[in-house]
Amino acid sequence: MKYLCLVYLEQQKLHAVPDGECFACGNSFRQRGVLLAAEALQPIDTATTVRVRNGRVSVTDGPFAETKEQLAGFYLLDARDLNEAIQMAAKIPPAREGSVEVRPVRELNT
Amino acid sequence: MAPTDPVHETVNAVYLSDSRRVLATLIRLLGDFDAAEEALHEAFRAALEQWPRDGVPANPRAWLVSTGRFKAIDSMRRQARFDPLDGAGGAADIAVEDAAAWADEEAVEDDRLRLIFTCCHPALAPDAQVALTLREVCGLTTEEIAHAFLTPAPTLAQRIVRAKAKIRDARIPYQVPTEAELSERLGAVLRVVYLVFNEGYAASSGASLTRHDLSAEAIRLGRLLYELLPDPEVAGLLALMLLHESRRAARTSPSGELILLEEQDRARWDRAQIAEGAGLVREALASRRFGQYSLQAAIAAVHAEAPSTSATDWAEIVGLYDALLQVLPSPVVELNRAVAVAMRDGPAAGLALVDAILGRGDLTEYRLAHAARAELCRRLGKTAEARAAFERALALTRQEPERRFLQRRLAEVTGGSDPDQATVDSGPARTTKMGAGRAGPAG
Repeated sequence: MKYLCLVYLEQQKLHAVPDGECFACGNSFRQRGVLLAAEALQPIDTATTVRVRNGRVSVTDGPFAETKEQLAGFYLLDARDLNEAIQMAAKIPPAREGSVEVRPVRELNT
Repeated sequence: MAPTDPVHETVNAVYLSDSRRVLATLIRLLGDFDAAEEALHEAFRAALEQWPRDGVPANPRAWLVSTGRFKAIDSMRRQARFDPLDGAGGAADIAVEDAAAWADEEAVEDDRLRLIFTCCHPALAPDAQVALTLREVCGLTTEEIAHAFLTPAPTLAQRIVRAKAKIRDARIPYQVPTEAELSERLGAVLRVVYLVFNEGYAASSGASLTRHDLSAEAIRLGRLLYELLPDPEVAGLLALMLLHESRRAARTSPSGELILLEEQDRARWDRAQIAEGAGLVREALASRRFGQYSLQAAIAAVHAEAPSTSATDWAEIVGLYDALLQVLPSPVVELNRAVAVAMRDGPAAGLALVDAILGRGDLTEYRLAHAARAELCRRLGKTAEARAAFERALALTRQEPERRFLQRRLAEVTGGSDPDQATVDSGPARTTKMGAGRAGPAG
């Protein structure tokens, strides 16, 4: 089953997790054949939020919500069950400085 | 009332003794809590119909598991939502499987452990863990649980529905944790059991239960856990609960007034529970693992085996609190240690420790910290400070028996009672419970 691991980290802790570590983590998942996608994100200063209301497109600067910990990246992983997903999430380096939300993916009702 | 027929009685007896085991196995076989519950009811209905006709089966549990599973799979196929959950493809597979194998002792014990660990999975909210455990492992109805926790039944029902949905949608596996995870996962289970026990302990005066005594339920759960997993901390928790429970008859007066540990009639303590608890403590400590429940139980055992407050080995208790602080460093544990130090070294020593805790900003809203301070000040003849501390404690107290107790103490201090009358036996020594992070009544 697919789980999305959303990585949240405070702005000032971004430097505490070197890119090299995250890269190695992603590779390790890839070698195990469980990595479906993973990306680091640029900080929230670069974010833009888009909403469409009554047919009108509104564009605002910044993330959709101001939070202390911000979305820093994601891993989309294939795991047998939640326990395995949790074990994988615990290996993601930012987990020791911030939070990793683990959310199961849902198939759309088409 | 119509006479009950013996087969009907047998079905009832089997329900009482085995329905939880059957449920645990059905959850594994069907992969879904709700499907398993429905299968359980169908199986017992079928038993009521068929056993009078065909006789009670040699292995009732195996029969119930097999019947429940068959009916569930049949129903799922008819609803065209059949999903091969445990590898069983179709009717042919069902016939081939050996029904007796499902009721194999070891498999059943594993299923019961699976159920407990799944209900107490950390991915579920703590109050959901408690509700789900009471419902699925203990068999309490939603109404009984709601009543016991003074929660509206629909809220409780929703909590359980959401928990089951999370198990299903996030795919929380029905498993006993691996060796590596066991200690931490067991911690979650013990926390739930102790929380249930504490709710029962605190509710001893006011909110009484319809059918189930929560403390008794927690002890029953503890016994089950100990039977399935004789881990030292499990032994420790069971011991702790038994030792607390042993004082139930002595800790409130007939009119519902709180009686402090040192004023309790020890003849009313349940010696059988104390003996059992003390035995479990010895076993737990012999493992040299010294977990938080084993140590708290050891402290309770020292109290339980002492003939009186003055004859209690306070030095040993302080030593046990020192060890407990290593595994459970918390201000509440420090507070209880301070109270024990006061008994060993005199009230001034204890007061210094309590003041150090409050001075650094801890426990300032904790009524028992102020109550302890008040008692120590009282014994030292510091009447004005005692009065202020009792008033602070009163302002923070919500439970009626405790309020009345503190009001009496306050009245004694305000009425200018002789501090010299305060003997060792009227000291503030109380065994407050720390595991759940809150203290129960002093006794």
